[in-house]
Amino acid sequence: MSTGMTGRTEQAPVREVGRARTRKEDARLVTGQTTWTDNMTVPGLLHVAILRSPLAHARIERVDASPALEREGVVAVFTGADLAAGLGSLPCAWQVTEDMILPEHPAVAVDEVRYVGDPVAVVVARDRYAAADALEDVWVDYEPLPPVLDLEAALAEDAPLVHADKGSNRCYTWPLVSGDYETARGQADVVLRRRHHQQRLIPNAMEPRACVVVPVPSTGEYTLYSSTQIPHIVRIMMALTTGIPEQKLRVVAPDVGGGFGSKLQVYGEDAICLALARTLGQPVKWTESRSESYQAQHHGRGQIQDIELAATSDGRLLGMKADILADMGAYLMIITPGTPLLGAFMYPGIYKMDAYDFHCTGVFTTRTPTDAYRGAGRPEATFAIERTMDELAAELGLDPLELRRRNWIRHEEFPFTTVAGLTYDSGDYAAATDRATALFGYADLRAEQRARHANADPVRLGIGVSTYTEMCGLAPSRILGSLRYAAGGWEAASIRVLATGKVEVITGTSPHGQGHVTAWSQIAADVLGVPFEDVEVMHGDTRVAPQGMDTYGSRSLVIGGIAVHEAALKVVAKARKLAAHLLEASEDDLDFADGVFSVRGSPDARKTIQEVAFAAFAAHDLPEGMEPTLNAEHLLDPDNFSYPHGTHLCAVEVDTETGAVAIRSYVCVDDVGRVVNPMIVEGQVHGGVAQGIAQALYEEAVYDDAGNLVSGTMADYLVPAAPDLPDLVTDRTETPATSNPLGVKGVGEAGTIASTPAVVNAIMDALRPLGVRDVRMPCTPERIWRAVREAADSESSRKEDAS
Amino acid sequence: MIPAKFDYARPQSAEEAVRVLADAGPEAKVLAGGQSLLPILRLRLSFPELLVDVGALGALRGVREEGQELAVGALTTHHDMVHDPLVRAHAGLLARAAATIADPAVRHRGTLGGSLAHADPAGDLPAVCLAMDATMVALGPQGYRTIPAAEFFVDYLQTALRPDELLTEIRFPVLDGWGYHYEKFHRTAQAWAVVGVAAAVRRERNGGGIAEARVGLVNMGARPLRAHLTETALAGAEPTRETIGRAATMAAEGAHPPTDLSGSAEYREHLARVLTRRALLAAAGAA
Amino acid sequence: MVSPAKDQAPMPRASVARISVNVDGVDHRDEVEPRLLLVHYLRDTLGRTGTPIGCDTGNCGACTVDLDGATVKSCQVLAVQADGGRVTTIQGLAGPDGAWHPLQTAFHEQHALQCGYCTPGMIMAARDLLRETPDPTPEQVRDALEGNLCRCTGYQNIVRAVLAAAAELRRQGAPEPRGQGVDVPQVSGQEAPA
Repeated sequence: MSTGMTGRTEQAPVREVGRARTRKEDARLVTGQTTWTDNMTVPGLLHVAILRSPLAHARIERVDASPALEREGVVAVFTGADLAAGLGSLPCAWQVTEDMILPEHPAVAVDEVRYVGDPVAVVVARDRYAAADALEDVWVDYEPLPPVLDLEAALAEDAPLVHADKGSNRCYTWPLVSGDYETARGQADVVLRRRHHQQRLIPNAMEPRACVVVPVPSTGEYTLYSSTQIPHIVRIMMALTTGIPEQKLRVVAPDVGGGFGSKLQVYGEDAICLALARTLGQPVKWTESRSESYQAQHHGRGQIQDIELAATSDGRLLGMKADILADMGAYLMIITPGTPLLGAFMYPGIYKMDAYDFHCTGVFTTRTPTDAYRGAGRPEATFAIERTMDELAAELGLDPLELRRRNWIRHEEFPFTTVAGLTYDSGDYAAATDRATALFGYADLRAEQRARHANADPVRLGIGVSTYTEMCGLAPSRILGSLRYAAGGWEAASIRVLATGKVEVITGTSPHGQGHVTAWSQIAADVLGVPFEDVEVMHGDTRVAPQGMDTYGSRSLVIGGIAVHEAALKVVAKARKLAAHLLEASEDDLDFADGVFSVRGSPDARKTIQEVAFAAFAAHDLPEGMEPTLNAEHLLDPDNFSYPHGTHLCAVEVDTETGAVAIRSYVCVDDVGRVVNPMIVEGQVHGGVAQGIAQALYEEAVYDDAGNLVSGTMADYLVPAAPDLPDLVTDRTETPATSNPLGVKGVGEAGTIASTPAVVNAIMDALRPLGVRDVRMPCTPERIWRAVREAADSESSRKEDAS
Repeated sequence: MIPAKFDYARPQSAEEAVRVLADAGPEAKVLAGGQSLLPILRLRLSFPELLVDVGALGALRGVREEGQELAVGALTTHHDMVHDPLVRAHAGLLARAAATIADPAVRHRGTLGGSLAHADPAGDLPAVCLAMDATMVALGPQGYRTIPAAEFFVDYLQTALRPDELLTEIRFPVLDGWGYHYEKFHRTAQAWAVVGVAAAVRRERNGGGIAEARVGLVNMGARPLRAHLTETALAGAEPTRETIGRAATMAAEGAHPPTDLSGSAEYREHLARVLTRRALLAAAGAA
Repeated sequence: MVSPAKDQAPMPRASVARISVNVDGVDHRDEVEPRLLLVHYLRDTLGRTGTPIGCDTGNCGACTVDLDGATVKSCQVLAVQADGGRVTTIQGLAGPDGAWHPLQTAFHEQHALQCGYCTPGMIMAARDLLRETPDPTPEQVRDALEGNLCRCTGYQNIVRAVLAAAAELRRQGAPEPRGQGVDVPQVSGQEAPA
């Protein structure tokens, strides 16, 4: 095969970390030799289809499944009541406050449905067509209840309740207070208030979800194949939910087609399929359609942010206040309540200030539950601060970059503990900004902008700035504990050195597009001094990789990758011991380079790591007490988060007649520390920026007044295609992280976090001279047109008043 | 999602198709390219008992020149129209609009006849046919009849076709010497038009005034529309930015556009005026 | 002009259909329900799972295959409509010796895929473009891929890969047959005088 992978195998490689290696993952993916969950089939496989509520809120009066049972090919039909005995409530792992309301969450609704898409009944049939047909013949009588859709109205005293037995739609209120904001506010020359709306988004990983459960009834063993980002967490949670003993449950994430947080979830369908396989003693498969996924997969964002900045007249920030209403949806899923709080620490961004006052209130609504979507809380925080900084700059008559310069943490001030209590280990905001403005041609674009304004050009130019940082690498276990999250944030890696000197890396991360197989190979190859091609990376199967915390929160490299690095160092330490024994030298006298141990001063006395591996396997002559293996494992719990940062600049042209926005140029300069594989990093930035632009311009999960998801198909929910997105200019600065030996930071979410405010700031920069104060996301042509028209109307009425 | 069961027939001639349709009654649907029908079937928004697949009727695909008319077979695909030399030479507006439909794979399958018979007012081609004064040719049990485009589109997803009739051909008057432009406003590349404007302008000889202007509006009501007031205002007018701009302000008169996810009625009326001006300026060569 | 004959027997309507389809060079004969989607025929009946399904409205393009020389979205085509046809999927692109198609190589070398779910459809759509337009501009590449959604790459490296594959195909002198570059009509224009 002409795969383009033409690495050498005979000699030790040059340093791998930092090389733009093409990916080992690709060969199967470009030839269609994939193992998506829906590809799987086994003898006796039954197909599951799920009947979902067409109403946002209703009492279930009656479910009649008997007509469906009459249909050809139908094996069984189950209602919520049928399944309730064998299934516990779906889990939420994050009790964010002691008094947080945590409602029961049955996988299939029993008495009441609480969002359009809430499962009501389950059909099992011999093929997927028969299962789909049978849904037409399950009859449900509903008694409608009032929908709960408006976050503010939901908190009113007499509001209808999503969970009547809980007495309130307020799930929790979570504070983070640092310094004395009222004092800061009192000292301020300027207090700027803005409200931002974070629309609901649908993650849209390209692979819809699917699961296959294969039971062995005689032993009570189950294998769950699931398109998940978190096979390890799913295993634990499914054991708890279904009562299947953890040791009898194997979870496999086969090829997984993207996640972006949507597959960081413990979904009811996995539990349903386990329960069905247990009851029926046969393998079952469920695959969702895209339209079904729009209701059944969790959504992201969904917040109202009231932001207040207190500043001096020369633009020095004194304090910040953030009051957040966060839409939980109908139920709390795995980290629903904690997701907005992942942003709580990031509202101050890269800026110094004296006081910070944050409160977040989670609100139940009769909509699909929310949870993590790429960035999870941090895009919302970054949007809030970066959008509001631009507003403050306008208020003070300062260039938005100048306002930022006056407030950001200077390079020499690192490590820096922020007002929110985080210690940023490293960064150089000025360097990234200088690089970005140079690539962007900032001054020229400003000049063109002025000219267009002077000519009253109907197509205006706007420049948007986003100088972001984020916290990722989730997370130090002690911090998660202090935030009341149920689990830790460590990661596991083990390395098996085979008799022939080839290497197997087993990682607890669970990649679904990020290229861990390639990047972990690079890391291991460097430490072990073996060729890149000699390393195989295994993951995503709890039998192969029994320990792990999986992939989300830009954690995989900074925790899982470093764990591989550390495990490899342990292998080298073992090998060194054996090599010293074989060479009859002291360990201290051995050099190790490019996979070869040599005795200092006696260059002929040498053993390759492959020779040492075979010696360990043969075990003929081992040092006293040494076990016959070089294998090692490492569980890494980080001390701190990782803080990538960067400067994104966006230029837009806004057609004020139609409201259409065209991105003219987009420059991103990101600092993600040292880079293992620059090609992969650049790809992460591209995709991340695309999703952030999509939030700014295109996407929204729209509900009508009855609680129906109106943007319910891919024809209505606008995922941008190639012509809808700009060509990106990417570059990097490199300020190594000090929190890990490779100096790496996470990159998976940075682009998404950075880009949304850059785009909206650019639009506002274009429209502010026309009197426009705000445009809600997504900044649709109609919203822009209305904003321009209303600004013109109020301008003309002001003129009339004045005359 | 999976379509509900249906029976299937694959007639080998238009006459046979019509017989099948006549026998089946109103529960039958014609399957041409299927690019509108398949999504509807998969989402289970429609439950036909019988699909009559006209895909074997090769005679209905292709373009002929007949005197002052271009006869385009109903099964001519969007891709065919984009590339067909006759269409490009004599009905460029049709080729241009067809090129904006959905995406290349859909254009390979989707057909002119299918688009028109589906009669989605957000579709690009119905308004183009209306603007070009096309004539629909339908075959029924009693033989062929012709239906002017102005009478063909009856209501939302409804045409003058009877359940036992098959659209076989669309005849376009050759608009040689006309300028044209298709202005489509959509939110993403493959999204339907929020509003579209198909404009064709015939100038007097020697680059003089506007002899005749035609404006078809996409997604401005339950069916495709002509902007008659704008057209009338331009007859005999000079092709200046001012006259065209003034005429375009009347483009939305009498229209009752929908309010939906991609825009409100009010916004659509505004867009119709702006896009009509832009389309006419381009078509008149005055842009 | 013909008019329908009135004395013929009605055509039988069927609830199953016999089809014969060549998929990636192999002939298959099957009896299928008329409603069976081509993509389910490929995946479930034939086990050709290289072509995935990403949506139910024809928007995502993940299931794009070639049917008789032109791309189609195989979830928007019935298996019966492919009767007598030739289908090429991502699994049929490599040469008989297993050598990758230049697009497969370029997608790999340019990092034009991350999760890879859209990749089969993307490559099939790009192949279609390069048959008609062997030397496309970046804008033409973007336009040609308008019906194929990717959530990972932001399309940037996909555009690079298609341009790289186009250059390689031109270098090999073997753009796949279907004529020379054909541009779409201009936005506006003037008809030729009669």
